[in-house]
Amino acid sequence: MGASMKHDVALSFRDVRQTFSGGEHALYALDGVSFDIAPGRVTGLIGPDGAGKTTLMRLACGLLRPAAGEIRVQGLDAVAEPLAVQSAVGYMPQRFGLYEDLSVQENLDLYAELQGLPAEKRTARYDELLHMTGLTPFTARLAGRLSGGMKQKLGLACALLRAPRLLLLDEPTVGVDPLSRRELWAIVYRQVQAQGMSVLLSTAYLDEAERCDEVLLLHQGKLLGQGPPADFSAEVQGRTFQVSAADISQRRLQTRLSQAPGVLDALVEGETVRLVMQQTGEPAAPDLLPDLNDVCIRSVAPRFEDAFVARLKIRHAAAATLGGLNLHIDASGDEEVIRVHGLVRRFGDFIAVNDVSFSVCRGEIFGLLGANGAGKTTTFRMLCGLLPASGGELSVVGHDLHSARAEARRHIGYMAQKFSLYGDLSVLQNLRFFASSYGLRGRVQDERVQWALDTFELADYHEANARDLPLGYKQRLSFAAALMHEPEILFLDEPTSGVDPLARREFWARTNALAEAGVTVLVTTHFMEEANYCDRLVIMAEGTVLAEGTPREMKARARSADHPDPTMEDAFIQLIEQREPGEGKGRKKDEKK
Amino acid sequence: MNMRLRRLWGMIRKESLQILRDPSSISIAFIMPVILLLLFGYGVSLDAKNIPLGIVIEQPDTAAQSLAGAFDRSEFFRPQRFAAIQQARQALAERRIDGILWLRNDFSSRLLSGNEAPIGVFVNGVDSNQANITKGYIQGTWQAWLQHFAAAQGRALDLPVVMEQRIWFNPALSSRLFLVPGLIAIIMTMIGSLLTAMVVAREWERGTMEALMVTPLHMGEMLAGKLIPYFALGMGGMLLSVAMALYLFDVPLLSPFWLLMLCSALFMLVSLAIGLLISIVTRNQFLAGQVALVVSFLPSFLLSGFLFDIHSMPEWVQIITYLVPARYFVAILQTLFLAGPVWPVVLVNAGAMLLMLVILTVLVVKKSYKRLD
Repeated sequence: MGASMKHDVALSFRDVRQTFSGGEHALYALDGVSFDIAPGRVTGLIGPDGAGKTTLMRLACGLLRPAAGEIRVQGLDAVAEPLAVQSAVGYMPQRFGLYEDLSVQENLDLYAELQGLPAEKRTARYDELLHMTGLTPFTARLAGRLSGGMKQKLGLACALLRAPRLLLLDEPTVGVDPLSRRELWAIVYRQVQAQGMSVLLSTAYLDEAERCDEVLLLHQGKLLGQGPPADFSAEVQGRTFQVSAADISQRRLQTRLSQAPGVLDALVEGETVRLVMQQTGEPAAPDLLPDLNDVCIRSVAPRFEDAFVARLKIRHAAAATLGGLNLHIDASGDEEVIRVHGLVRRFGDFIAVNDVSFSVCRGEIFGLLGANGAGKTTTFRMLCGLLPASGGELSVVGHDLHSARAEARRHIGYMAQKFSLYGDLSVLQNLRFFASSYGLRGRVQDERVQWALDTFELADYHEANARDLPLGYKQRLSFAAALMHEPEILFLDEPTSGVDPLARREFWARTNALAEAGVTVLVTTHFMEEANYCDRLVIMAEGTVLAEGTPREMKARARSADHPDPTMEDAFIQLIEQREPGEGKGRKKDEKK
Repeated sequence: MNMRLRRLWGMIRKESLQILRDPSSISIAFIMPVILLLLFGYGVSLDAKNIPLGIVIEQPDTAAQSLAGAFDRSEFFRPQRFAAIQQARQALAERRIDGILWLRNDFSSRLLSGNEAPIGVFVNGVDSNQANITKGYIQGTWQAWLQHFAAAQGRALDLPVVMEQRIWFNPALSSRLFLVPGLIAIIMTMIGSLLTAMVVAREWERGTMEALMVTPLHMGEMLAGKLIPYFALGMGGMLLSVAMALYLFDVPLLSPFWLLMLCSALFMLVSLAIGLLISIVTRNQFLAGQVALVVSFLPSFLLSGFLFDIHSMPEWVQIITYLVPARYFVAILQTLFLAGPVWPVVLVNAGAMLLMLVILTVLVVKKSYKRLD
């Protein structure tokens, strides 16, 4: 075996192209991608969904054959010798590649056997990996019964068994709680230091770019740049600011700022709005917000995300407004429209939602924040009447939607986590169908459909089948369909999962406009920073509510001497660490270095 | 070599653990055969018994009473008396009875003079198969009674031809005896094709196939690792079915046991190869299940000769049956159980299965490569 050979390049792509099959015009999943990855470093493959990250990963481990170009892995030709490549790399696919009906130990045994880890070395390696991942107490547990974070670490342990020279991780952190994400990064860096391993890790979280030694920025199949994350941020040096103003809500401030002259991007961040300007130089407050006093503008250090947005964003201020929504809603008063008390949902002996209580007032954006498996979607389904509760009380505009008549459901709009429109119908047909399913006919229907096409900029795509839309447009269409009947309460289940940062900004701009118009919005998300868009939120973990309050209150709790300005992620991690050390939770403290 | 065995062993162990933990595998392999065998062994019978028969006697004299008594005693019939033919016809039309035996008032005199058929028989022909059976049984009972009657009268029966039947291999003509061995083929098809197609497709769906592929595992090892546990499972289901056939349904096994096992193993491999091929092509559990049902299970049920006689099918359907592997196995099973090792039958059918196995194996190997595209 050539494993002992030294290579000065861990992975190289030379003008690699990969096409999607089908369609008259060839679609490139990867379009002329070339790069070299130096050994012994952590390289991040950053890009939104559909950028081609998974295709690149699969090409790198010989699971796909490129349409053109050359790929070398540790000096091996991935096209000619896929089996040799597959023996040389460690790979963790999305969803971790675990057998859920096998125990932790059995999963390890299987991969040890398949990777040819000699029996005499196993005990030591198992001990090391189990200790590192904190899975030692759970070796007998079925992988399917592990939490998302534990699954992710087990998947990683399986890929690391034979200490490969090159480790490929495809979106290892997606949907996993922030604490587990931090731990994963610690494990990865330990491997790089101890074993000199090279790591290529793909992620859609832009904040993770800053944890990498080097970043490959991929967008729509093209490599937009390669370099240390700081190099990217340097591009927007002197163009990033934080703005705060008195007497205006952050949402309104953000809407105003995003339309102000010279502003490329405006994003709610904590109690302020973060700006990326088109040019360097501090903007003057009267230029940005002519009619406001007390405007405070502060220069801040640029981040990777700023650079990403600056590179990709074409200014489209129009998207931020939501044309005549024509909602007939009395938005006055702090009336509670949603009340949940002691809500419980069991599936067999598994408690998905355990004693959850909260209430939502009219016109609020209310967030349910938590990792995958925290019980957010189950709670949502019970609120929408799609699933009966096992216990507790809930009411939405005074009804329990599970037993209420269809009339009550007219008040709500629901956008499911998965794309749930008809893929074989065109955009227009989908909109017409949803409009008529809410009883809109004739001229009213025409008006609403036209409104949806205009507001969501879907007119150019109205003939296209929903299945063929880019992800961001699919999400717009789902959003439009949920709004056809002008509901006063809107349920959005993970609306931004897997959507690129630009589409996410657009989405939040629309949601803000809805809230300003008096619509009550309930939204779930696993993006911690999105909590800042919410008026109030609950943080959930393993079926229970850890905390309820405004984003400011949440962060205030996490404030300490070490963390004078905690982020929502810090607040979340602190809440998880403070929990009663139930099984699997106590271990995390000793694990910290 | 050692590494290869290691990896293969890893796969086999993993697959076996999954089978043991998945209640649906166990139930398809062991509970479904029991249910099917009980259903077909006890419930479904192609024999006619207790046929509801209407009897109309217009002149109740000794001969007529004696004939009616013969029908009463027969296990094939459950006779009901009707006073007049009109009522009996009404009952036939309403499907309360399947046939009518009509003894007119000149029955005895005609019988004794011996010139014409003295009885009238009506049979409901909607279900032609059932009608034929009913007609045959009525005829049989009538002739038996006639002989008996003639003997009692002290004179020979002057019938032109007396047919004497001898039925080979299944003398009691019990449909159970040929249904139960045929059912073994159906059960093995279920385990081999349906179950295997679903479990391999499941690996694609859950993304575990991707993780397996990026290991030194060879495709051959992976296929063998899948095949061996399911082969064992299928043969287990088969042994259970054979045991039930022999001890519960008293089906005789007139051939050596090893020959039965050998032929079954061959058929099992064919079934597994079909299942693997389906799952490799579909990569989706739902689709794999549907395809397996349509191309494997239903043909085995309908076109294998297990339930419906192939020779009475239209010619073009008969040609299709040559593509159904269960056809060959059903022929072997029925022969091995009921007739003994008739080598020409066994060898021809086993040869056909072997040919199918070779073709399918080539297809599976060609279609399975360690790539996702």
